[in-house]
Amino acid sequence: MLRWIVWRDLLLAWRRRTDILSTIFFFVIVVSLFPLGVGPEAQLLKAIAPGVVWVAALLSSMLSLSRLFANDYQDGTLEQMLLTPQPLYLIVLGKALAQWLVAELPLVVAAPFLGVQFGLSPETLVVLVLSLLLGTPILCLVGSIGAALTLGLRSGSILVAILVLPLYIPALIFGAGAVDASIMSTSPYPHLYLLGALLILSLIFAPWATAAALRISLE
Amino acid sequence: MTGPNGSGKTSLLRILCGLLSPAEGDVRWRGERISTLGDEYFSSVTYLGHRNGVKDELNGVENLRISCGLNGISVSQDEARRLMQQVGLSDRESLPARLLSEGQRKRIALARLAASKTALWLLDEITTSLDRNAIGLVRSLIQEHLSNGGIAIVATHQDLELTTVNIERLELAT
Repeated sequence: MLRWIVWRDLLLAWRRRTDILSTIFFFVIVVSLFPLGVGPEAQLLKAIAPGVVWVAALLSSMLSLSRLFANDYQDGTLEQMLLTPQPLYLIVLGKALAQWLVAELPLVVAAPFLGVQFGLSPETLVVLVLSLLLGTPILCLVGSIGAALTLGLRSGSILVAILVLPLYIPALIFGAGAVDASIMSTSPYPHLYLLGALLILSLIFAPWATAAALRISLE
Repeated sequence: MTGPNGSGKTSLLRILCGLLSPAEGDVRWRGERISTLGDEYFSSVTYLGHRNGVKDELNGVENLRISCGLNGISVSQDEARRLMQQVGLSDRESLPARLLSEGQRKRIALARLAASKTALWLLDEITTSLDRNAIGLVRSLIQEHLSNGGIAIVATHQDLELTTVNIERLELAT
């Protein structure tokens, strides 16, 4: 059944390609603005690179978050999903997976190219991609809780940001920390392990919390 | 089930399908509370509400196959086409639903109803925006469902003129 929900959301995303492209474009533009604004000083650029890329990833994942359930809520397909004999946990997990494939994976792919602008070494670029690979699913999973809680509210997208961004802080610290460690030529693995632990934690608890929030929002 | 606007028809149907929890009392299915049955209950219910549950970006066949797939019923491409034909959308099956009229989108929802194998149907204002042909289709779908031993609870303003013996009428007051 997970197959159907992922297939459905991927198909819908494909029919609305502009949404995906705008997220990627936003990420690319935000990251590229920093070298232009800060100036070409190599040492400074290297120092801010991890934070800039990670913060841009957080912000662009916020952009697509409010759409996660809102469209399905409006046309009634969400309540139909609640009434299927599948556990809601699985449906949420499927939607988060599709969201990651559509909105986050392109960012992971684009990140190393953007890292070059900051003069990052190849080893550091590998760590950057690894940290984003582990970290972006956390953003989707934790973000889905906020998206479910603010369903049907006006100005929900701003509220999502206020609710969810503080919850992103651990992922930001360890994600940017891993890249930082690699720039300082120390081992990035402690950060990556912690990021992995956060991912497992959010895989277990976030869909469950999102499912509960959805039931409340649809009453 | 009839009653003036705001008398609680929709609320009652949403309580019966488990989307809304009742302020008092409980809903039982085959003697067991639906809150304890959980997902098991949902495999015997189909709810069709005001909002059709039809995705604008998908065409009729895709809408039907995906929503059936989520309900654990696999509908093949040919079967989906046949159902689209049954609800009178055979020449519109490859158009995205956003290009269809309100009544035609409702017909896609009817195709989902026809494909469902559940025992209990909860239908909210099913005849809204449907033409006379489609209302006839609704009637025959419900008749067939009832003659197969199913139950249907229908909130409506319009008499569906069902000819089954076992009909109970519930009139809600404001």
